[in-house]
Amino acid sequence: MVRLTIDNKKIKVEEGTTLLETAQKLNIEIPTLCHHQALKPYGACRVCLVEVIKGSRLGLVASCTYPAEEGLVARTETERVKRARRLSIELLLARCPTSEKVREVALELGVKKVRFKEEKEECILCGLCVRVCEEAIAKSAISFINRGADREVTTPFKIGSLACIGCGACVYLCPTGAIKIEDVRKCRRLDFWNTKLELKKCKVCGKHFVPLVELDYLKDRIKSFEEMELPEEALEVCPKCRKRILSEKAGEFIFGEKYP
Amino acid sequence: MRLRCPSDLVKARKLIRSRYDPKKTCVTVCCGTGCLASGARDVAETFRKEIDRRGLRPRVNLRITGCHGFCERGPLVVIYPKRIFYQRVKVLDVDEILSQTILKRKIIERLLYVDPMTGKKIVYENEVPFYKKQRRLIFGNNGRIDPTKISYYIALDGYTALAKVLYKMSPQQVIAEIKRSGLRGRGGAGFPTGQKWELCRNANSRLKYIICNADEGDPGAFMDRSLLEGNPHSVLEGMIIGAYAMGAEEGYIYVRNEYPLAIKHLTIALKEAQEWGLLGKNILGSNFSFRIRINRGAGAFVCGEESALIASLEGRIGEPRPRPPFPAQEGLWGKPTNINNVKTWANIPLIINKGARWYSKIGTKTSKGTMVFSLVGKINNTGLVEIPMGISLRKMIYEIGGGIPNGKKFKAVQTGGPSGGCIPARLIDLPVDYEKLTRAGSMMGSGGMVVMDEDTCMVNVARYFLSFTRDESCGKCTPCREGIKQMYEILDNITKGKGKESDLGLLKELAQIVKDSSLCGLGQTAPNPVLTTLRYFPEEYLAHIKDKRCPAHVCQDLIRYSLIVEKCIGCQICNKACPTGAISGEKKEPQRIDQKKCIRCGACYEACKFEAIRVE
Ligand SMILES: Cc1cc2nc3c(=O)[nH]c(=O)nc-3n(C[C@H](O)[C@H](O)[C@H](O)COP(=O)(O)O)c2cc1C
Ligand code: SF4
Ligand code: FES
Repeated sequence: MVRLTIDNKKIKVEEGTTLLETAQKLNIEIPTLCHHQALKPYGACRVCLVEVIKGSRLGLVASCTYPAEEGLVARTETERVKRARRLSIELLLARCPTSEKVREVALELGVKKVRFKEEKEECILCGLCVRVCEEAIAKSAISFINRGADREVTTPFKIGSLACIGCGACVYLCPTGAIKIEDVRKCRRLDFWNTKLELKKCKVCGKHFVPLVELDYLKDRIKSFEEMELPEEALEVCPKCRKRILSEKAGEFIFGEKYP
Repeated sequence: MRLRCPSDLVKARKLIRSRYDPKKTCVTVCCGTGCLASGARDVAETFRKEIDRRGLRPRVNLRITGCHGFCERGPLVVIYPKRIFYQRVKVLDVDEILSQTILKRKIIERLLYVDPMTGKKIVYENEVPFYKKQRRLIFGNNGRIDPTKISYYIALDGYTALAKVLYKMSPQQVIAEIKRSGLRGRGGAGFPTGQKWELCRNANSRLKYIICNADEGDPGAFMDRSLLEGNPHSVLEGMIIGAYAMGAEEGYIYVRNEYPLAIKHLTIALKEAQEWGLLGKNILGSNFSFRIRINRGAGAFVCGEESALIASLEGRIGEPRPRPPFPAQEGLWGKPTNINNVKTWANIPLIINKGARWYSKIGTKTSKGTMVFSLVGKINNTGLVEIPMGISLRKMIYEIGGGIPNGKKFKAVQTGGPSGGCIPARLIDLPVDYEKLTRAGSMMGSGGMVVMDEDTCMVNVARYFLSFTRDESCGKCTPCREGIKQMYEILDNITKGKGKESDLGLLKELAQIVKDSSLCGLGQTAPNPVLTTLRYFPEEYLAHIKDKRCPAHVCQDLIRYSLIVEKCIGCQICNKACPTGAISGEKKEPQRIDQKKCIRCGACYEACKFEAIRVE
């Protein structure tokens, strides 16, 4: 355990806890854009900066990556912190003027006007999609390419991905809604990734609902269907039908065979 | 030959030296990358053929050496034992050198170096002011040894420090010695080397790694390359000593792929060191084993940053990561790792051989030893310069650098690579030391030094360096990626005459906060060129913004080329030089420039022999 102080509040936390997590325990609010508790700390957006005293020096660090250290003193509300957070969000707002999420955080931080040249990007390069695809799904279908001002996220060679299973985890995590996912008849489209995937028919209703590759992936990941007391075909029934069947089964179980 | 104990090394050295007659004439030809580019390979080959053809072998030796640092004057030929110094030697000069200088002891005036400050011709290498004022502790042997043969290095006391360390010092003693010497990292941040080694030594892990950072991405910098090309064993010896001190069994040299000659010489050096028992299992018969591998980098500037370098070594995208954990805690493949610059490693054998006390007497209170700079820009003697820490910029620029060409006025010097700051002429007496440079808004960096004269526009300079960091930022964190881009936009507008006065405040705010909030050293230093030019040359910014004028006549959108009618004789040379056909007129009559067609390339200005074209 290490003891530290944030905004004059003392706390004891487990070693390896980040300053952000520590602050959350203390109900101190810190804005974040590139952080997700299920993924490894990254430290890119810089809106979560706090000021810490390191030896005799004061320095800004990203609270989402900085580990709690014994005797550390951190402040989240100094002028220096505010100035830095505001500039980063203003820069992101200049990059993505239409993003709801960025506008919301900017407003929270008191940034209303952008003094810089505006662009029309939708992606803030927080890397959540890249990381969830690598760390949680283990597919690494997408990655950053280029560096500096030309950095972007895309699939290898910017063509349809061979690794993407269309699970949509990236869509779910993207804070700006830049990645869109759409099922059009027999096909799942992820235009942001230049990717189209063939869908499988539901065994019951016949609607196309899951990419074939995702199905394979799931079957592969679920090591033992028996252990889970799950028939393998369960995956081939769409969620809607699955829900209906389950409730019917439950009804039969409770009310007897005549149900409904 | 495999050396099995320190006395084997002593014996080998004696043997090598006994075969070498110091009085025998030896022609050395520099074949560093710079001299190679100006034709040194052919010069060396011609020497070889001619010496053979004339049957001079018994009387004359030929030696190919690494870079001497004075590439601008290459190909360089130095004739031992007197060290007669010939510069810009051509294949056609070889015959004359052999027949006149070697056989008749006559100096060939034409090939001598002329001191630009005094106009005097100089005969001997050690009297060339460019070398004379330097203190070449780690570079000195570059001109004396053939880097492809370990015997030369051994003859000059090479690997003595290693033998001493392995048999007479404990790892702790080595670290204490390095700490006492006051050596600081030569790769950028200037962290005390001994302290860093101690952290890695004390890290609790059986596996540890050490890395030599030879990524050298600063534009115009080539000191690490020259050292690896010209004296690779000095770097290897430093690394082996470091590995012993920290308890590492494996090391990597991360060298950029654009350095083929350095890679070649390193590869040869590794092979030879291995064969001689100085690398690999049971080094010099001790129970210490260590091996080194070379890894070629793909040339991203940011991969010189330690955490990005480690990521790149592991095969991932070269992106920096936040610290802690520091590499000494969790580095390559999660193991404690120590990373040092090429020059830092090369200092180690020197400190061990001569002692920390001796070493710490060189330099200033906080900056010890020598520093190697690549002196470039508007200066007479461009090249690599090794000086003791603490000498003034004036001495570097005027005494070693030979002053500014064409009688122009010195305006500023940019130190520390693309993220360094511009130090103005009035601070020319500033001593070169880590703290002093930082206080002036610049930094030591890895030793870049770009001299600028009165024809340099400081706003344009800031814009130029930012275009570099904008493209070379890894793009991970917001302030660096977006902030540098926006600063560049503002500067670009100013140089185009579209700046507003409020831009200056905005620029300063951006620069300060990008510096304060970026993730790694790149973003934390990239604004330096902006901050220092704002600080030292505010009037130049204002001239661009308020008067729409570029005082140095550089920014194309703010200048105009016009014709001085009285001076124009109508030779029409300008007319022919103009790529857009903006100049018209009759022969022998004054010409006219059509401002609408003019793209302000300055071709007419360069072409006119009568100074009839004016820039305003
Ligand atoms: C953007 C950036 C580029 C760097 N490039 C280099 C480089 O090319 N060579 C180098 O030795 N150090 C470079 N460094 C410094 C390294 O991160 C590291 O501090 C250094 O290699 C440590 O060695 P030292 O203690 O011997 O200086 C760079 C740092 C940054 C932030
Ligand atoms: S400061 Fe620049 S180079 Fe460093 S991590 Fe951030 S974006 Fe990458
Ligand atoms: S949330 Fe910490 S840097 Fe983005």
